[in-house]
Amino acid sequence: MDLPILTIVTFLPLIGAFFILLTKGDEKKVNQICFNVSLLTSSLVFILSLLLWNNFDPSSAEFQFVEEQPWIGDVIKYKVGVDGISILFVVLTSFITPICIIATSNSIKFRQKDFFIALLLMETMMLGVFCSLDIFIFYLFFEAGLIPMFLIIGIWGGIRRVYSAFKFFLYTLFGSVFMLIAIIFIYLKAGTTDIQELLKFDIDTKYQYWLWLGFFTSFAVKTPMWPVHTWLPDAHVEAPTTGSVILAAILLKMAGYGFIRFSIGFFPVASHYFAPLIFTLSIIGIIYTSLVALMQKDMKKLIAYSSVAHMGFVTIGIFAFNSQGIEGSIFQMISHGIISAALFLSVGVIYDRMHTREIADYGGVVNTMPKYSIFFMVFILASLGLPGTSGFVGEFLVLIGVFKVNYLVSLLAATGVVLSACYSLWLYRRVVFGEVTNDNVKSLKDINKFEVTALLPLLILIIVLGIFPNIILDTISTSVENVVTIYNAKISLLNQTNIK
Amino acid sequence: MNNLNLIYPELFIGISLMVLLIIGVFKKNSFNLITKFTAFSLLIAIPMVYINDNVSVKLFSNNYIIDELSSFLKILILGSSAFALFFTNQYIKDNKIDQFEYPILIMSAILGMFVMISSNNLIGLYLGIELQSLSLYVLASLNRDSVKSTEAGVKYFVLGALSSGLLLYGCSLIYGFTGSTNYYIIAENFDSQNLGLIFGLVFILIGLAFKISAVPFHMWTPDVYEGAPTSVTAFFALAPKVAGFGAIIRILYVAFDNVFVEWQIILIFMSVASMILGAVAAIGQTNIKRLMAYSSISHMGYGLAGLATGINEGVSASILYIFLYVVMKIGSFACILIMKRKNIYVENIRDLSGLSKNHPVIALSFTVFLFSLAGIPPLAGFFAKFYIFMAVIKADLIALAVIGLVTTVISAFYYLRIIKIIYFDPEQEKFDSITSNGIKVSLTFSTLLILFYFLNPSILNYFVNIASKAVQ
Repeated sequence: MDLPILTIVTFLPLIGAFFILLTKGDEKKVNQICFNVSLLTSSLVFILSLLLWNNFDPSSAEFQFVEEQPWIGDVIKYKVGVDGISILFVVLTSFITPICIIATSNSIKFRQKDFFIALLLMETMMLGVFCSLDIFIFYLFFEAGLIPMFLIIGIWGGIRRVYSAFKFFLYTLFGSVFMLIAIIFIYLKAGTTDIQELLKFDIDTKYQYWLWLGFFTSFAVKTPMWPVHTWLPDAHVEAPTTGSVILAAILLKMAGYGFIRFSIGFFPVASHYFAPLIFTLSIIGIIYTSLVALMQKDMKKLIAYSSVAHMGFVTIGIFAFNSQGIEGSIFQMISHGIISAALFLSVGVIYDRMHTREIADYGGVVNTMPKYSIFFMVFILASLGLPGTSGFVGEFLVLIGVFKVNYLVSLLAATGVVLSACYSLWLYRRVVFGEVTNDNVKSLKDINKFEVTALLPLLILIIVLGIFPNIILDTISTSVENVVTIYNAKISLLNQTNIK
Repeated sequence: MNNLNLIYPELFIGISLMVLLIIGVFKKNSFNLITKFTAFSLLIAIPMVYINDNVSVKLFSNNYIIDELSSFLKILILGSSAFALFFTNQYIKDNKIDQFEYPILIMSAILGMFVMISSNNLIGLYLGIELQSLSLYVLASLNRDSVKSTEAGVKYFVLGALSSGLLLYGCSLIYGFTGSTNYYIIAENFDSQNLGLIFGLVFILIGLAFKISAVPFHMWTPDVYEGAPTSVTAFFALAPKVAGFGAIIRILYVAFDNVFVEWQIILIFMSVASMILGAVAAIGQTNIKRLMAYSSISHMGYGLAGLATGINEGVSASILYIFLYVVMKIGSFACILIMKRKNIYVENIRDLSGLSKNHPVIALSFTVFLFSLAGIPPLAGFFAKFYIFMAVIKADLIALAVIGLVTTVISAFYYLRIIKIIYFDPEQEKFDSITSNGIKVSLTFSTLLILFYFLNPSILNYFVNIASKAVQ
């Protein structure tokens, strides 16, 4: 296995984008070529990442498929590798992208060539974030992803696209600059940017709090946590369907991944210290955004707010610092990645036909689109965490994990599950059932081949993961166990020194 | 006198300047010829400087220094000026300001800059600055028939003369209290308890800050950038900044090295003020040249932040910053110079709308420059800022780093606004197709450098580190 498989996986989309850039000629033909090329590359990436998963040894907590190249000076290296925590995000990213590409055939009507380039660039950046084993490289990918996303929202978005694109860009950039300061500081103190070495390195406790806050600002904006979540509804609503899917399914997961990898890994003491802050913000986030979601008139906005609430579960699970909590968080991230992608695609399906996202404009869709209604129902039920779907497993594990630490947090978080049932089912009722009031609904056509191809894999995955959650848990458990052990060792060491 | 070969570049530029001047006087309509010769001489001077790259020699009783720093900056000045000549050629012809004085004045300004960078003596520094500034005053008002251009020239001249006066006053104070104008002797005799010397230091810093348009001595910049012909503005944004930085590095790190604490706080203030003003004031601008002026100001702030650290990493970070800044500005001004409809140059940012439809390639490279100026990875501008902030944090100036990075977010806003106009807004009438090869070459060169700098940053860092070691 001397093949640099991770590098190939990460940069293959870039090569695809380059080919698309070179295509010339008749617009219709170019669009077709672009579609084929991007679908081909992203599927290839998906197959490679499945291969990666297949060859991955889940019994080891070490990083695998590690590649290393000197890059800047002696310290900063190009280093990639995956462990149990990151490999599933790589698979998730490479799984969602081809689905996005299939779904674009309906929603993107102009400048398709540019769109595919942006999408493939985006894929490289996202894969890079999860593969990188050097914080500098991590930051590069993390930030560089802003450029294609800014363009995707800004060019192909809705009416208020400019405002949303700016808000998205500036919020994220603002959060990230503090992370950059923290990264530079770590580099100067530890003399390395290698994540593997830094995980073993003990950063002086007196710096940990500030450094933790530096990383926190960035991840809190990206997660997004209350009260810096306001960019998300705007970005989701105005982005084209594909953009929303990428945002909800993968971009938000970068932050959760960052919390597990960096906040807990590098700064265990500070994480322990700040855990109540995370709990408070997450609980407020879950309850508040769920209530806000209840009031939404716009379907996409409702799903966007529900994303914030679901990501709240992720953060409290991570900061429970036990294996159930963290495993639950990772599971929740993967499952939310699939479910939110599915929900946004479902909304995209009817939006492409009716060109309105107002819930009030629909009603009685089931009469004209029965197949669609079944799909949508499964996704809605998964989103509210019905047992048997993947949504249940993550939330359940998180709640168990948190219950061990703080039952009050667990109790309050559980109200979020109830609220999510309220807004999801109510949304479904208003859109799918009821009287047909709008004449346009009468002439709706049921979903076509493309849409089924995009939605069916998601549907199958949601149910399979709900019934066999061990597919994921087996892969992540050793690495999570390792994270928890190291964390506990460091905290007990600290307690001992404090007693002395 | 056996070291004369070291100043061949200066001699060569000086002689060719005079020869070209004579040709220009006697030959009518000789703009083309003289521009070509000037560019040619600048290009010839590059290897002449490069031969001396590995030496560090003091000439004329320690009053003139040729070392790695001076060679690096001189090559940068020559290269950027040559580019400026190439890509502004078309503009000058279109606007019928093709007087032969333009290239000659640029050449004499370059000679002045060479003296500024290499001088190890206050008198040499002053002479260099004056030679440079006088040429620039005339250049600013090159378009004699335009009220704006003449106004820019006069404004620049009046304020510039004032700052030169302050600089000279500072020099005289320093000379009076230390008994010499040589940097080494000043460094030996500098007594930080002496208020007169501190006043001298401050006055000199004011004079130099004016030349690189650091806040609060930036007032001339937006007006001059806007009023001067774009060709001249492009030149203003490039070489003089490099020379100003060279002079500041040398005087601070050689002559005033012992009183680091005294000037550090001044530099931090100017740096913070430039970053904030450059970021905030640019938001409301509608004229792209004015916006570029404010962007220059904020970039000077980042450059000064590196110098304020007082450590070797800071100096090399600043030199790298100024190098990448120059490349980005070459590209941006090349893009500004294609904003031409039916042979009339437009300057409003609105005019760029829909550029991505009409000229996708240019739109792409302009976007690359703008993201790079905003400091978004993986473009070169990010690395420039990264090194600056690394040095700043290493010197324990965390507050400066935080302010600096927050201002990058603010300034990202106005760069994004241009990108928004290029990509998101409806298209307008096409710009004229580009005929000038200079613009094409400059655009290609700078786009590729900015885009692919990240592949191997070590090459440039190697030269920069050598250059910065020269003053330590």
